[in-house]
Amino acid sequence: MGDIVIIGAGECGVRAAFALREAGHDGAILLVGEEPHLPYERPPLSKNCPVAAKPIAEEARYAQAQIELLQASRAEAIDRAAKRVHLADGRSLVYDKLLLATGARARRFPGMEAALTLRSLDDAHAILEALGPGLKLAIVGGGFIGLELAATARGRGAAVTVIEAAPRPMARIVPGEIAEAVAARHRAAGVELILGTGVTQVREDGVALSDGRTIDADMVVAGVGAAPETRLAEAAGLKVDNGILVDGRLATSDPHIFAAGDCCRFPFDGRLVRLESWRAAQDQGTHAARAMLGSQERYASPPWFWSDQYDLTLQVAGLPDPARTHVRRALGDGAFVLFELDDAGRLAAASGIGIGNAVAKDIRLAEMMIEKGLRPDPARLADPAVNLKTLLKEETA
Amino acid sequence: MARWVEACGVEDVDEEDLIRFDHEGRTYAIYRSPDDEFYATDGICTHEHAFLSDGLVMDYIIECPKHNGRFDYRTGEAKGAPVCVNLRTYPVKVEDGRVFIDLG
Repeated sequence: MGDIVIIGAGECGVRAAFALREAGHDGAILLVGEEPHLPYERPPLSKNCPVAAKPIAEEARYAQAQIELLQASRAEAIDRAAKRVHLADGRSLVYDKLLLATGARARRFPGMEAALTLRSLDDAHAILEALGPGLKLAIVGGGFIGLELAATARGRGAAVTVIEAAPRPMARIVPGEIAEAVAARHRAAGVELILGTGVTQVREDGVALSDGRTIDADMVVAGVGAAPETRLAEAAGLKVDNGILVDGRLATSDPHIFAAGDCCRFPFDGRLVRLESWRAAQDQGTHAARAMLGSQERYASPPWFWSDQYDLTLQVAGLPDPARTHVRRALGDGAFVLFELDDAGRLAAASGIGIGNAVAKDIRLAEMMIEKGLRPDPARLADPAVNLKTLLKEETA
Repeated sequence: MARWVEACGVEDVDEEDLIRFDHEGRTYAIYRSPDDEFYATDGICTHEHAFLSDGLVMDYIIECPKHNGRFDYRTGEAKGAPVCVNLRTYPVKVEDGRVFIDLG
């Protein structure tokens, strides 16, 4: 096997590089990253203050695994005929197989140009180090990043307003009851949540809202989603439609080029989905590595997300859908899990929230049931006295 | 030098499960395997601060509740991303229905 080039040194690209070695690849591995930093974990950036970069792997491990890490290097173009990647500094890299793990970039809608965004370590330094008592922070968007930042900012004593266009926060990601629990926790912590209200203009000194009000702010951060980084793929003529389109092996429309992580759109449960998920980035990076070495296996892991806000952790396995039948399992101390069954009675998704890791075990077991396509008895799912591990084993037997 | 500390009773741990044991400011995890053997490791994941006692035991694997790092609790071996540092393990003995771990 010849050389493998990976563009993107985030969670996905780094995992893919190590997975290639673990799978026995003996050719060169070139990992190209735009940032000057040693590749780091992104999830802590909105959760922890002060900011401390947590490396995905210590520097020595790259050398040990003979992974050539090209930091502060930008890929400019892919020449598919010559199987070469051209870098901004003039170098070019020859590949036998190429992995695009280019991730996603923070989105800004018209009128939000003046807002900061939180995606990289540099962003985190700029935003989190300014937090403190007396600072008025306005956050546009009540998704995971916006709400995690709100919780972190309250912890530092900043005054926080969150503006969300939908009638409830995290509307696209979690069931309503979980969104309500999160909203209540933010209100209790003193966050002003403005729901069902758009933003017409972000200014230096505040935010103009669609209802005519203005929110004064010293800092405005937009957390309104991310757009897949598809520039290179498009320019190279690969099929792109809200993400680089890949098949079940994560191969693009060019059999020598694969895509994984936030930048790709892949088949899942009969449709095409794109995820912005730490776990999917890892799993898909690993999967793409094996596929580049010839594995024909299909990627089938259920999506899995989590969020930490204050003392609460929420976890989601599968993709929630309000149209499904919901079964509620109450755990102690206000923690609960919502299971979703599809028309055939298969477990399709599970979401839970509680203090600390109260829901972790049940969500993990639900994930395994989803992966196996099991049809657990709803009454037993709802009964907290029934151990889900026992249920999983009975249903699998 | 062995230093045996009583951690719990045999019946305090379900089969294929674990409990948390705090002692002298440190946290340990005591496991009971599917074949009814007892094991002990440090109680906090090597990736980020999370109590393994909230995690799931399947066969001989403990999975961290936070980010799904996996360890073989018999040897402490990290089983892949995101964990790369092994868990420390401790010798265990069972006497008269009580579980002891060696912190020596």
